Amino acid sequence: MTCDEAEILLHALIDGELDAGHTRDVEAHVASCPRCAAALADYREMSKAIAGADLRFAAPPELRRRIEAALPQALPQASAPSRRSMLRGFAMGSAVSALAATGLVAIVLRNDDEQRILSEVVTAHLRSLQAGHLIDVVSTDQHTVKPWFNGKLDVSPPVVDLTAQGFTLIGGRLDYVDARSIGAVVYRRRQHIINLFVAQTANTEHRPAKMETMQGFNVRRWSEQGMNFWAVSDIGPDELAEFGDKFEATLKSNAAG
Amino acid sequence: MPINPSGTDSGKAQRFREAALPHLDDVYTLARYLLRNADDAEDAVQECYLRALKHFDSYRGPAMKPWLFAILRNVCRAEFARRSSSPTTDIDELPDDAAQAPLWHEAPETPETQMLRQRDASAVRKLVTALAEPFRETFVLREIHNLSYREIADIVAAPVGTVMSRLARARAMLRTAWMAEEEQKT
Repeated sequence: MTCDEAEILLHALIDGELDAGHTRDVEAHVASCPRCAAALADYREMSKAIAGADLRFAAPPELRRRIEAALPQALPQASAPSRRSMLRGFAMGSAVSALAATGLVAIVLRNDDEQRILSEVVTAHLRSLQAGHLIDVVSTDQHTVKPWFNGKLDVSPPVVDLTAQGFTLIGGRLDYVDARSIGAVVYRRRQHIINLFVAQTANTEHRPAKMETMQGFNVRRWSEQGMNFWAVSDIGPDELAEFGDKFEATLKSNAAG
Repeated sequence: MPINPSGTDSGKAQRFREAALPHLDDVYTLARYLLRNADDAEDAVQECYLRALKHFDSYRGPAMKPWLFAILRNVCRAEFARRSSSPTTDIDELPDDAAQAPLWHEAPETPETQMLRQRDASAVRKLVTALAEPFRETFVLREIHNLSYREIADIVAAPVGTVMSRLARARAMLRTAWMAEEEQKT
């Protein structure tokens, strides 16, 4: 490797973006080149100093207030007029081409991220089917499974009994998705397992169910009451949809009762 | 396909508030470094949030910060275009090997690293702010916002290779300036 190549690649090394093969090459070059070794040491030192210096700026409170004030207020009755006046404000900005570009970015990122989480959920489902991994707390009683989660998660997953509807509660489990702990409530339909993964989200809106398929598994995903739900199983999409519908309906009637 | 099932603007605004406002300091920080002026930065951030809200319906997925950064960047570019009569250069108009980069000269050989001592934030900020575009933008996204090369490439709409070479140039320039300042002190 030449110094010119190393000069670029040692930054990727510092930033942890280099694959194993190139890492070896760069390290070998640095070991034999005092000039590049000095540069690497300086850059490392600089990055450390920058990380320690806190170069961020805090947004002025007045700016925060102005932006808050420009958002439609949370009262539905008041929202219509404020929205219209705000749209007039938007019309002033000409952002068509700019937003075409950002929209593209958002779509790329969204797909990446949703697909990644979806694939993690399916992987967690697969892992759970290996011997001895399925259930941490074995119980067909929702009043045993639900309290078991207490204190283990930042969300208390709703546990409902759907035995009468043909889906038997068999227990609960802690799992790990998207770099954090997540609750899994386990149901059985005949010989098929349904994992219902529940994670907290800042978004409190209801999002209707979406059925997706990955690696031969069906995933029904929805959001409600500040929680994201993924029901994963190898049962057919119609049966999984039925499970989701019944779960949501029971949850709603429990809340009402 | 209905994107906003609740159908209410207040629901949308609420979701937007929860998703976007936590990033306000980050967005403002980037604006400060891109525009190098506190008042301009405030205006740009406000415009960024208004545009983001307007297009929130078509936004999906949890990577909110890079999305806001991309919008902010476009707002800043429009701002550069508006004051094009001023000597400030548009972020994208500088070639990567811009010879006019003020801090660039051949890095002096040094076997020592102790010159790069911890220093206070305002001195480092000054050095970073003095970097020429597009190197400053890439540097800030990497070193202050800790974004990956891929995320930076998406935001600045350039290949990852370009991000790498800009970052290398930015750090080389900063290293030179950093050490020049140390020499002055001693």
